Amino acid sequence: MDIQKKQLLEFYQQMVTIRIFESRVCELFAAGQIPGFVHSSLGQEAIAAGVMACVEKDDKVGLHHRSHGEMIAKGADMNKMMAELFGKATGTCKGKGGSMHIADMDLGILGANGILGAGYAIATGAAFACQYNETKDIALCLFGDGQSNRGPFHESLNVAALWKLPIVFICENNGFGLSNPVKEHLATDCVSDRAAAYGIPGVTVDGNDVLAVYETTLEAVDRARKGNGPSLLEFTTWRWHGHFEGDPAVYKDAQEQEEWLKKDPIPRFAKQLLEQKNATQAELDEMQAKGEALVDAAVKFAEESPWPDVSELFTDVYDRQM
Amino acid sequence: MTQMSYMEAIRDGMRVEMKRDSGVYIAGEDVAQFGGCFGVTAGLYDEFGPDRVMNTPISEAVIVGHAVGAAALGLRPIAEIMFVDFMGCCMDELHNQAAKMKYMFGGKAKVPMVVRTPCGAGLGAAAQHSQCLESWFTHIAGVKTVMPGTAADAKGLMIAAIRDDNPVMYIEHKQLLGLTGDVPDGEYVVPLGKADIKREGSDVTIVAWSWMLQKSLAAAEKLAAEGINVEVLDPRTLVPLDKDAILKSVSKTGKLVIVHEEIKTSGFGGEISAIVAEEGFDYLDAPIKRVAAPDTPIPFSPILEQTFIPSEEKIIEAVKALF
Ligand SMILES: Cc1ncc(C[n+]2csc(CCOP(=O)(O)OP(=O)(O)O)c2C)c(N)n1
Repeated sequence: MDIQKKQLLEFYQQMVTIRIFESRVCELFAAGQIPGFVHSSLGQEAIAAGVMACVEKDDKVGLHHRSHGEMIAKGADMNKMMAELFGKATGTCKGKGGSMHIADMDLGILGANGILGAGYAIATGAAFACQYNETKDIALCLFGDGQSNRGPFHESLNVAALWKLPIVFICENNGFGLSNPVKEHLATDCVSDRAAAYGIPGVTVDGNDVLAVYETTLEAVDRARKGNGPSLLEFTTWRWHGHFEGDPAVYKDAQEQEEWLKKDPIPRFAKQLLEQKNATQAELDEMQAKGEALVDAAVKFAEESPWPDVSELFTDVYDRQM
Repeated sequence: MTQMSYMEAIRDGMRVEMKRDSGVYIAGEDVAQFGGCFGVTAGLYDEFGPDRVMNTPISEAVIVGHAVGAAALGLRPIAEIMFVDFMGCCMDELHNQAAKMKYMFGGKAKVPMVVRTPCGAGLGAAAQHSQCLESWFTHIAGVKTVMPGTAADAKGLMIAAIRDDNPVMYIEHKQLLGLTGDVPDGEYVVPLGKADIKREGSDVTIVAWSWMLQKSLAAAEKLAAEGINVEVLDPRTLVPLDKDAILKSVSKTGKLVIVHEEIKTSGFGGEISAIVAEEGFDYLDAPIKRVAAPDTPIPFSPILEQTFIPSEEKIIEAVKALF
């Protein structure tokens, strides 16, 4: 596939920005500035960058608990995101959702979700609405390997296939569901094996290769947009950190971790860009600096933002306050 | 007696029963080597092995549903649901299956299973990981609901829950896991359906359970300094409910404040109020008061979450309003 240089640089920019954002979030969490639970997507940046490059602003996206990267790549305002993680009034969700429930309906982001597997049916419903309204928009549903074992997976994929809905189901297989390695929670070798059960395409692809992620997703998005129904994609990657910040992840094999760290999607793509002369080191450095500046600004914005007024506790419960 | 935490006491209760009865086993997400999300089952995998302490995939419906089938065949499963908020993912297995099997089968089935799950706010875990939902379960005939508020009760109620021949929701509170207390050794059983007066008093009765029991005890201390002598009654189990103990206490004090962390509307405080209004109206010399969370989801921002959680101050205020 012939991908424009602009797009290639955009992949890199997204990946480094997400990396910087997520690293900073972990530091801020450790420093006590971010409350609650934080699930870091460090190591999984290529999936966010590659997938989100395939969709338009009006396309709908259902996310999960480890989805800061996808939010950023879909175009969410990082200032507001960071403020949300702090619980500030200026946050994406006025500080009421936090990391696990961050959402932005203006960007078609139907939310991270604290309930694993809740996203399948919601994204299926979004795809249904796109089909119903004949908008040509599509829906994406992202999820982890562990939550592929929840029952709504089956119900949703069956319905999506039956109704030929414009949706792409995307599994971020990062090796674990909390402490459970994939081979101990999944009966088949791959999550994508299940596509056969619904008569839809299913593939497993290297999720640390941003170009492979992009090309695979683009094909599935194209299929969905043309009215040919859903696909099930599985991108293999590795969760660098523990399940949540503060989890020492003693259940990980040290050597396996080492090996995966060597497959870091960012330097790997940088090398490609340089070798194929699509970017110079100066350009890469510039993108790194830009990412840092954006994240610095986001942290400053969050720190300087006010806390919500306590009256906010009672707003938004119903569409009109009772 | 041994000093231990509420969390260790839950574990000790499970351990005692697992040693006594080979049909008792634990199944849930990350309960094996990892020891559970909050560490409650830590060490049990090493002690009892993989056949008795089993990790499941992220499949709540089968965690609770398989327990129904296994219990019907005579095993005594302890099914762990990582947060009570996830009960929505396996509610049919509880409310239409576990709860009704014995009745629908004309008595020819027994479902001796425990669903162990933590509840409660205060960790910044937001709307889907912080709720108290006990009245969901008390509204199901056929299920018992247990809510320990001290370390000793955590153990004694666990043993009783495992030995009970019915489905039991055993709901522990995240904020109490580290609370320590003296816990009797060995087979210590706290019968289901027996309330406990946690503090004797003569002026007003507070009925409170789980985390709110501890908050009410602290509030009672402060009120004592102001000359109000509070009796704090812990029902310990909501179904079965020790009505007699509640009515007896109210007959003594003439005043009732119910404190719970669930939201107010349709919270279990409404049920207790109704019982006392129906059966103890003549004892009351003031209206019944409820201190509960407001009717909202649980917000993420710490400042909002702290406003949501019923506080000692709100309990004190409610008590004082009766005098
Ligand atoms: C219904 C439900 N069950 C359990 C949990 C607790 N939990 C949150 S994340 C997680 C592991 C998820 O694994 P996976 O889907 O592979 O995603 P990853 O964390 O690896 O990104 C668990 C068990 C939950 N939030 N919701």
